Amino acid sequence: MSVEVAPAEHAHGHHGDLAHQFEQMDQQNESYIVGMWTFLVTEIMFFGALFLCYTLYRSQAQGVFFEISRHHLNVLLGGTNTVLLLTSSFTMAMVVYNAQQKDRNKQLIFLTLTILLSFGFLVIKGFEWSEKFQEHHVMGPDFHYGAPPPTPGVQPLATGKDVGYEYQVHDYQAQMYFSLYFGMTGLHAVHVVLGIIVMGVLWIMIFRRHPAVQYYMPVEMTGLYWHFVDIVWIFLFPLFYLIPHP
Amino acid sequence: MDSTTHHDAGHTQHATPATYLKTYTFLVVMMCLTIGISRIQLGAFNNVAAMSIALAKATAVVLFFMQVKYSTKLTWVWASLGFIWLSLMFGILGDYATRAVLAAAGWSK
Repeated sequence: MSVEVAPAEHAHGHHGDLAHQFEQMDQQNESYIVGMWTFLVTEIMFFGALFLCYTLYRSQAQGVFFEISRHHLNVLLGGTNTVLLLTSSFTMAMVVYNAQQKDRNKQLIFLTLTILLSFGFLVIKGFEWSEKFQEHHVMGPDFHYGAPPPTPGVQPLATGKDVGYEYQVHDYQAQMYFSLYFGMTGLHAVHVVLGIIVMGVLWIMIFRRHPAVQYYMPVEMTGLYWHFVDIVWIFLFPLFYLIPHP
Repeated sequence: MDSTTHHDAGHTQHATPATYLKTYTFLVVMMCLTIGISRIQLGAFNNVAAMSIALAKATAVVLFFMQVKYSTKLTWVWASLGFIWLSLMFGILGDYATRAVLAAAGWSK
């Protein structure tokens, strides 16, 4: 691409969106995208450690994990949240597309939809969590799991003051499940909240025709972050809601 | 909308709304499939199926929603890096399976 025709079209000074430290738009775009991916790699490492913890504890307490996911987690609520988040990822992709097309109105419409869907996700998550608080399923001194649901053909374990060793192990393992559940879905929810804040700021900037969002890259960066949040949920949903029978 | 917007976008090829819609449909269908499979008892295959579906969904999101499919080679490297690291970490975890558990004094299983 050294001595191409129509240099005026491609000369870097021509493009208003090109920052002075870059030679051409492609190079600038790649720098933005690779920079964002570098951040996302640190996020993968961050969440990855938690997924490793989860794998270790579940491998040791598959039975209790299965029991809790079946009796105390609502697949309908979790599934609804998955659909909300997947849809918000689609609307976010549409925001990026319309930013590339420089269609301001459609950007605002799709961004509004994305923000509303994210709020919906948080509201449902809030209902799920408050139920866990009422049932004393939050780790800490107040934690109480209680007797496991009866299994056909198996003698129920002792409850109350005279708890046996097996019962205690059961309780500890249940506590570990809920610690992982709150830790991982909580950290994910923090990411959703941050995403809503970033999208809100972006909405205002686009609405006020701020020069920084005239080019589509800031929108694309927000999109990359939002899709990453979606990917984390794609793994969290089967791992906490759909644990198979051991 | 027209050919000039292609130039504005900095010579890069982009995904279309049709691609996004297909990706979205795929993701929702896969979600229903993963719920369906979890209700059938398949033993160890349950875990394999759930994680394979989650991986397929994540790959679709990375390739199409995150537009890595249309990106430069350098972006491909960075996009794979985190997942390569993840597989290394989980691969090392496999070492657990090769070790016997020694009972400590006073420990009854």
